[in-house]
Amino acid sequence: MTSATIDTDARRHWMGVLAKSSPARLAQLWTDLDGLPGWSHLRRPEVGLVMVRGRMGGDGGPFNMGEMTVTRCSVRVDGGAVGHAWVAGRSSTHAEMAALADALLQMPGWHQVVADAVVAPLARQLAEDRARAGRQAAATRVDFFTMVRGED
Amino acid sequence: MYVAVKGGEKAIDNAHALMAQGRRGAESVPELSLEQISGQLSLAVERVMTEGSVYDRDLAALALKQAQGDAVEAIFLLRAYRTTLPRFGSSQPVETGSMAIRRRISAAFKDLPGGQVLGPTYDYTHRLLDFALAAEGGARAPVAENPEPVEAAMPRVTDVLGHQGLIEPSGEGAEVPGDLTRQPLNFPAGRDLRLQNLARADEGFVLALAYSSQRGYGNTHPFAGEIRMGEVAVELVPEELGFAIEIGEITLTECQMVNQFKGSKTVPPQFTRGYGLSFGHCERKAMAMALVDRSLRAEDLGELVSNPAQDQEFVLYHSDNVEASGFVQHLKLPHYVDFQSELEMIRRLRRENAEAAQ
Repeated sequence: MTSATIDTDARRHWMGVLAKSSPARLAQLWTDLDGLPGWSHLRRPEVGLVMVRGRMGGDGGPFNMGEMTVTRCSVRVDGGAVGHAWVAGRSSTHAEMAALADALLQMPGWHQVVADAVVAPLARQLAEDRARAGRQAAATRVDFFTMVRGED
Repeated sequence: MYVAVKGGEKAIDNAHALMAQGRRGAESVPELSLEQISGQLSLAVERVMTEGSVYDRDLAALALKQAQGDAVEAIFLLRAYRTTLPRFGSSQPVETGSMAIRRRISAAFKDLPGGQVLGPTYDYTHRLLDFALAAEGGARAPVAENPEPVEAAMPRVTDVLGHQGLIEPSGEGAEVPGDLTRQPLNFPAGRDLRLQNLARADEGFVLALAYSSQRGYGNTHPFAGEIRMGEVAVELVPEELGFAIEIGEITLTECQMVNQFKGSKTVPPQFTRGYGLSFGHCERKAMAMALVDRSLRAEDLGELVSNPAQDQEFVLYHSDNVEASGFVQHLKLPHYVDFQSELEMIRRLRRENAEAAQ
């Protein structure tokens, strides 16, 4: 697999999952991976800000709402792919692990290992958290009923 | 004559140490952790993120701890920290229409697709102090779960009205919005800049202005068309990739105020919009912002500008609590020489008056 043949949607998916997951959970799954190849930084983890834009009226033109902290990092696996990460927050290790995972996921020998051992469980966790919040919200949905007044 | 006076270093050091002692409180009580502040004072943390204009729960919790819970001081700390970080870029506009809903209510439509989802709210409480909370480790009611979660995406009330042409469209605006952290504010300011200003504005100030517009100092006839709170993904296009990726999720509160508008010869009668958006769950702020946004649109909509909440310069120049607090509190700094000159002036005037009377 070369970078030209990598499915952009697949890469968008794993990069999103890696960014949205908790750094602690990612680190936990990471320790289960054996025999990781050597790698080096192309860009050391760097903390900065991204301006979050909203839309006027929710669906109109953009406006600058406020910033969020973001950490970015790029790595190169020895003799292999280059991986990038942009993750919310200020965790260098989160960005580093996400960048390394992005690189490995682009390498045929590693793709399935990292997809199964890291991305899949993280995606499952995110989906479970989202579903639980959704079920809790659903329990607060109002069921309106009409009071019957008068006779019959 | 200007006389430079130095001194007070020792007094300042000791004053700071005294403040640190006050911040710590009794040593016999465990110190607050950032996790405790972030988890248990979450609405304070979210206000600091909103007005500090940086979404980072840990930083906001630290700022609150350092400021002994003083929200405005914590906001100042966060704003100051923000200036030390580089700006990597801007996100794609967040899509609140695909928000993962945790709360969504409408005061305009009872039966709307997706329904009225109350979520976590203080509404309908009796505002009686709950002394059970004074005792630690008390049991709380279990959180109920429905078998099915809420819909993945719920239409906005304004979308429903928009499909029927009953509310004005939001308008496109510039592709690259103005940024008041990069350019000085000029008047008249576009709605993009007004919304940016209001988003980081002091909640108390915006709330009071919104209230004034409701009481008659303005011309809003609002309905809370919709308030929604939940998580949205933030997307960005890194230069090295050339396509959008999600970099995280943030909690937002959005308020759509639906207001009256009579229409004109060219425009049929339709509702107008006021928009509010905050980081976290800052519902009062989002609602007040939506009212003030609508008030500030008076000129655009051909209405008479005659009240404070409609006056762009008045609102936008006085809404920032870091600037306001700085200018008010600078009066504490030594003005010895200024005051001395006024003192001499008043003495001279009195002397001259006395001499004239003789």
